[in-house]
Amino acid sequence: MNRRLLAGALLAGAFTALALLSLVWTPAPLDLIDITARLQPPGAGHWLGTDHLGRDLLSLLMRGAATSLGVAALAVSLGALVGVPLGLWAAARASWLDELLMRGNDIVFAFPPLLLAVLLSTALGPGAVSAILAVGVFNIPVFARVARGLALPLWQRDFVLAARMAGKGQGRISREHVLPNVAGGLVVQLSLQLSLALLAETGLSYIGLGTQPPQPSWGRMLADAQTLTALAPTLALFPGLAVALAVLAFHLLADGLRERLDPHREAR
Amino acid sequence: MSARLEVQGLHVSLGGQPRLQGLDLSLAPGEVLGLVGESGSGKSLTALAIAGLLPPEARVTGRVLLDGEDLLTLPEAAMDARRGAAIGLVFQEPMQALNPLMTLAAQVAEALRLHRPLSAQAAREAAEAALARVGLAGLGGRHPHELSGGQRQRGVIAIAMALQPRLLIADEPTTALDVRSQAQVLALLRGLVREQGSALLLISHDLPLVAGVADRIAVLQQGCLVEQGPALALLRTPQRPETAALVANSALAPRPAAPLPDLSAPLLAAEGLVREVRQRRGLLARPGVKRLLDGVTLQVAPGERVGLVGESGSGKSTLLRALLALEPLQAGTVRLQGQRFTGAERALRRQVQIVFQDPAASLDPRWRAWELVAEPLALRDPVPDRAAQRRLACDWLDRVGLGAEVAERYPHQFSGGQRQRLAIARALILEPALLVLDEAVSALDVSVRGQVLALVEQLCRERGTALLFVTHDLGVVRAATDRLYVLEAGRIIESGPTAEVFARPREAATQALLAATPDLAALLA
Repeated sequence: MNRRLLAGALLAGAFTALALLSLVWTPAPLDLIDITARLQPPGAGHWLGTDHLGRDLLSLLMRGAATSLGVAALAVSLGALVGVPLGLWAAARASWLDELLMRGNDIVFAFPPLLLAVLLSTALGPGAVSAILAVGVFNIPVFARVARGLALPLWQRDFVLAARMAGKGQGRISREHVLPNVAGGLVVQLSLQLSLALLAETGLSYIGLGTQPPQPSWGRMLADAQTLTALAPTLALFPGLAVALAVLAFHLLADGLRERLDPHREAR
Repeated sequence: MSARLEVQGLHVSLGGQPRLQGLDLSLAPGEVLGLVGESGSGKSLTALAIAGLLPPEARVTGRVLLDGEDLLTLPEAAMDARRGAAIGLVFQEPMQALNPLMTLAAQVAEALRLHRPLSAQAAREAAEAALARVGLAGLGGRHPHELSGGQRQRGVIAIAMALQPRLLIADEPTTALDVRSQAQVLALLRGLVREQGSALLLISHDLPLVAGVADRIAVLQQGCLVEQGPALALLRTPQRPETAALVANSALAPRPAAPLPDLSAPLLAAEGLVREVRQRRGLLARPGVKRLLDGVTLQVAPGERVGLVGESGSGKSTLLRALLALEPLQAGTVRLQGQRFTGAERALRRQVQIVFQDPAASLDPRWRAWELVAEPLALRDPVPDRAAQRRLACDWLDRVGLGAEVAERYPHQFSGGQRQRLAIARALILEPALLVLDEAVSALDVSVRGQVLALVEQLCRERGTALLFVTHDLGVVRAATDRLYVLEAGRIIESGPTAEVFARPREAATQALLAATPDLAALLA
């Protein structure tokens, strides 16, 4: 196991574990508002201090992780579940259909994501569902493109010809031969997209289009902390650090996986 | 005469594994030493060791003397200065040795200026002269993709020879080229070496090829030197059984002439096949039409052994795919057992199967051996259940000499020859009427090649399966087929009984092909 993969897996694992833990237990109740204990610095009672409403920052961060990771994971899953089959389909039919699918992809690519997010929040109301849909839709062309790119050269390989000689159709070859051989590359992309989706979710929450209060989220916490930076700098520091570390974790994971799954390495 | 290159007791180990053991070689100026051996024998490792290009984890002992100077003790910077200037290198794949963005002349000039204080103008002139010497006069302004494979390799040789190195190492320099370019490139290498008094270490798996150009031959096996000596003497009277076996395996015995089969009810009949592709040269140019197949007609009788020969680019692969209904056609029909075959007829699809050239590429790396062998059973009506499929696949693993115990292994756990046996089992599991072999033994070592050919021969004779050998290797065609078609530029230019075509080729292209093919038997006679 290479160092990046190890670091990425440990860090991402830690975030996921904390996020899951927060669903059943947090150091302090999340809805405990205690104005007298507001803006406390990090210390024994509250390890990371408290916010302007006196809520425990560590608890908020943990539950925020659950929100952010959850939204990111669902959005990326949506992108992968729609995008990968589209990409494989396009690669199998290197014809007008491929052209059509890929140009459709380009259109989605060209559309400003923020605009869609605004549109969706107007239609559905701001919230986690809008964020998942907005981020998810923009993940579709990414996965379609990557899956198609990985699958295309496989269609030139002799083992695909051999499968055609066995009378198998394009759908069956895509499922039985192509998908298992592109899975490694897709896992790398999955990890990378997760980090980007995390960032996107934080951004949307920050401008108020994502997760809504009282549901805690990292973006929301950063927005709240903004006006208080001079008074309590740690209030912005910890969520900021959490976002940076989580993004780094999934990036490292993607890099490590890429190195690990490199066919040139496998051959040696 | 003092030796140009003297290798003494060269030991190389990689990861604790000894890979070369006590190798001694010597090479005089103007001499060509052929280093032959099968894959894994340590040929390429020898080249890398001499050029100081081994990976850093390799452990090397012994001496490599170039004109008396021990290269193994030189610091890296000094070796850098020797490589290119004193030692020239030519590898197998010219496309990977050339920079696709630079013209050929610029690449030769770059090599010159790296080692000599030349003005840009002088380097350009020297580069043109170097290209003229390899027969590429006037082509210096071209980029690598604008040249043929043979021309590219000559360009690489021009770069390697421009600085008149004392030693030239060529590792499988013609393996990626077709037969005619092969002969030209070898003649060129030999001529340049003679002319400049360099020494050439020619590394190849192809004994007949080396036998034609080398003054002396050294045979390697599993990292040990088996034998070395003057080329003809070594081939005619090998001192060691390993050498004798290599010679015997390299010269396949021609198949005795057989009566012509009855072609009135052919198993496979292709008529007037035409395959065209649109080709666009440049963004604004009108797309042209290129004919890959130009009215090909051929037949294979039941149980017959037919060869289809042609150089790369002649349309062999396209024809083959067309026959198997894997390629769309603009005109013509393919009939199997008298019925029109378009690919959709499952009953006909069962009657023809194929073994590809590269067993590593034709087996899905993520499937188990038995699953790979059983894959065509999807064509059976009804499709057998999984247990039955596995049973049948295991029978066939047995029949091709692998044994049912390998059923759960993945392709990378097999050697090249074993993988080809897997591919043969897969092709025969439906007991087809026609088996197509697409260069199926070209990538195999000669010792394995004979075994695989014998296996195919035996299995097909037992079942009355017809064979279609598609290959550029005339030796294989001569040893394994009764009748033969010669394909050139998408047309069948010659056909007839194999022995007759070999004895009296009618067409100029066939004659050239035969003349360029190294013939070990003729050399030894």
